[in-house]
Amino acid sequence: MNYFAKPLAAGFVIASIAAAPVLAAGTHPVTGEALADDQTFTYSLLDDSTSLDPQIIEDVSGSAFARDLFEGLMNQDGDGNLVPGVATGFTTNADKTVYTFNLRDNAKWSDGNPVTAHDFVYAWRRAADPETGSPYSWFMEIMAIAGVGDVLSGDEAPDTLGVRAVDDLTFEVTLTASLPYFASMTTHATTFPTPSWVIEEHGAEWTRPENMVGNGAYVLTEHILGETSTRERSTTYWNNEATIVDTVTALIIASDDTALTRYLAGELTIGRVPSGQYLRLKAEYPEQAKSNPRLCTYYYSLNMGENGPESLKDIRVRQALSYAVDRSIITENILQAGQIPAFTFTPGATAGFEVPEVEFGMMSQDERNAKAVELLADAGYGSDNPLELELLYNTSEGHKSIATAIVQMWKETLGIDVTLANMEWKTFLQTKGDGNYDIGRAGWCGDYNEASTFLDLVNSGSGYNDSKFSNAEVDALLESARTMDDASANYTRIEEIVATEMPLIPVYHYTGVGLYSPSLKGWPFGNVEGNWYSRDLYIVE
Amino acid sequence: MLNYVIKRVGFAIPTMLILIVFSYVLMHAAPGGPFTSEKPLPPQVLANIEAKYGLDQPLWRQIINYVWGILVEFDFGPSFRYKDRSVNDIIAQGFPVTIKYGSWSFVVAVGIGIPLGVIAAVRQNTWIDYFAVGFSIGAAVLPNFVMAPLLVIVFTLWLGWLPGGGWNGGDFEHLVMPVIALSTSYMASIARISRSSMLEVLNSNFIRTARAKGLPERTVILRHALKPAMLPVISYLGPAFVGIITGSFIIDLYFSTGGIGIHFVNAALNRDYSVIMGLTVLVGSLTIIFNLLVDLIYAWIDPKIRY
Repeated sequence: MNYFAKPLAAGFVIASIAAAPVLAAGTHPVTGEALADDQTFTYSLLDDSTSLDPQIIEDVSGSAFARDLFEGLMNQDGDGNLVPGVATGFTTNADKTVYTFNLRDNAKWSDGNPVTAHDFVYAWRRAADPETGSPYSWFMEIMAIAGVGDVLSGDEAPDTLGVRAVDDLTFEVTLTASLPYFASMTTHATTFPTPSWVIEEHGAEWTRPENMVGNGAYVLTEHILGETSTRERSTTYWNNEATIVDTVTALIIASDDTALTRYLAGELTIGRVPSGQYLRLKAEYPEQAKSNPRLCTYYYSLNMGENGPESLKDIRVRQALSYAVDRSIITENILQAGQIPAFTFTPGATAGFEVPEVEFGMMSQDERNAKAVELLADAGYGSDNPLELELLYNTSEGHKSIATAIVQMWKETLGIDVTLANMEWKTFLQTKGDGNYDIGRAGWCGDYNEASTFLDLVNSGSGYNDSKFSNAEVDALLESARTMDDASANYTRIEEIVATEMPLIPVYHYTGVGLYSPSLKGWPFGNVEGNWYSRDLYIVE
Repeated sequence: MLNYVIKRVGFAIPTMLILIVFSYVLMHAAPGGPFTSEKPLPPQVLANIEAKYGLDQPLWRQIINYVWGILVEFDFGPSFRYKDRSVNDIIAQGFPVTIKYGSWSFVVAVGIGIPLGVIAAVRQNTWIDYFAVGFSIGAAVLPNFVMAPLLVIVFTLWLGWLPGGGWNGGDFEHLVMPVIALSTSYMASIARISRSSMLEVLNSNFIRTARAKGLPERTVILRHALKPAMLPVISYLGPAFVGIITGSFIIDLYFSTGGIGIHFVNAALNRDYSVIMGLTVLVGSLTIIFNLLVDLIYAWIDPKIRY
């Protein structure tokens, strides 16, 4: 099966259009817009990336660097669709447990060496090798690569991992389970190729601008930790002709307010929106302030574990708490940036996921409130037997205003007093991880664009299952979903169970907000994972 | 004098050791660790990472390894957060930035603060005195986290004179706003201390004697009053200098200068153990050195002090 006949053809057409009008400098090869002479794209980061090494990167900002400085097997287009990267396409066996990627023969490293299947083999082994200490090595585990568990535990050598270079341009992966969405996981930075000869020569310092060798559309020319970094287009990149932006600068600006001021002063191409200012900025700069859905969910987990309160083990109490939350007040009156009220855990923006019509999501808020009062009374809580709970969140003004509003809703609708407790981030994580809480704030963003990245969280064996929710049917549905071509029926059923059992209270689905200079074009607003590639951007006059 | 210096340096070594052990234990006592994250790592992955950074060892052994690394190789270890960098790199890159804007701030604060305080004292209850006192109070109630964003709005957004942040090697236009924001409150304190100390000295007997002898006011102030009046200022300047050259969280936060000031707070929040320790050792040793220097300057200024 070749999944890439169509996108490949489209890519070819774009490439051939791109090649022709290079002579007519100053206009975009496809749209014909007049391009600015200065093709510099400047954006800001809250903090410097923790690493620029693809196998070590764990943060969003580092991944953006990796997508520019390296190129994986597959890329995403502006809408998040899979398009060829170093691989021109891939084939699988009948039960989708062996994936074979065909690499293009003109891909080069920035030192001129060809990019081969061996570079991928090296990188993937490196990601799983305990000696690398990769914080994302678990990603290789959810990719279900054969032998990964034993490599991670150090029982087997990294070269036993189920990856091999059939020849220089053919890369083969063997999986322990059939994963229909496997290819989409190769857009993740952890899977990007890395140059063994450079890493062996320079060790941890190989990511310094003077040492770094990549295979992406850009090369790193400057990196001052905590201040700035610059990447310039790579002349060895196979599709360099189609790249338009020459220089990408990332400035570290820790304060949202300063980032906004500097955007307004024209120092940044993209500005940040300080908390609570979206509506004002949208009114002032309607063309520039934009909001688009993201693959993230804000929720409260209800502790059903052994350290959790007795009351939350009662399904009626969990339902009552969730029903009484008026989500539209949170999204419309507090957040005000187009966030979507959540009644399911998985956001509707997830690829191939149809939001199921869960029962409580269909009711009006008045109906939900009435039902909540009834449920709590049934559970035996009332003025003679008051329900006492604590809501734990990490210290932040934003979380505080949401928590205050929700506690107020519970007070007004259900007459219960929930106390607020906040903790500094790491203390909060530790306390919640240890299960010493009643109701805990949480947020979850998808690692790849498929519902399982969310729903795995309610698997009884998941390390992220802070609610300690355990349901045999959910576990079985998740297990069988792994090997299905279309698992949407399973996902719908899981969401229905979650909406009934209510191990967590979904509050809203995130949006990404920002200010975008009118001169910036090509920004992938349709990519719900927020993945952007500088080589798709261009600056118009 | 030499004996005194040797004795002080001798005390410094155990002081540093106590500081290291104390900070190390306190740091590990805080809940969570460098690799605690919202997406908790699978136990096997966490174990691999902790082994890589030596966090699987007992605490006492970690401390010994740490001190040994500093003493033998002057190596403060790798950062747990910025995984491509060592603590030495982070300090080597950020400290020069901090020293530069810190030293300029110090020069500005002293260069304006002392004359302002002295003139205010000499011309007590005139407009210049009221201005100096008013300025000191104003600067004290206008903290730099208010001033920094205000400066950016005025000079970058409204006037368009200066870039809104960044460092660019510390050229003049990137230096102006950080120096104003950092020096103002120090300047105010220096002016206040200079003024009150000068007033006290001007009312003392030996100044009355000098004036009675018929010395010109200029000589009375510069030759007789200034030196003793500077004693309290100097005892303030020692620690202030260490504080100012080790940077400021606020300056780095609002001006994106890339100094080490911001690491003090972020390293603690991120539980970046090695960076916390590296900065603690840096500030600790600077504090010890500058306190010693202040004591030596005291002996030079005040003839009553002998070591």
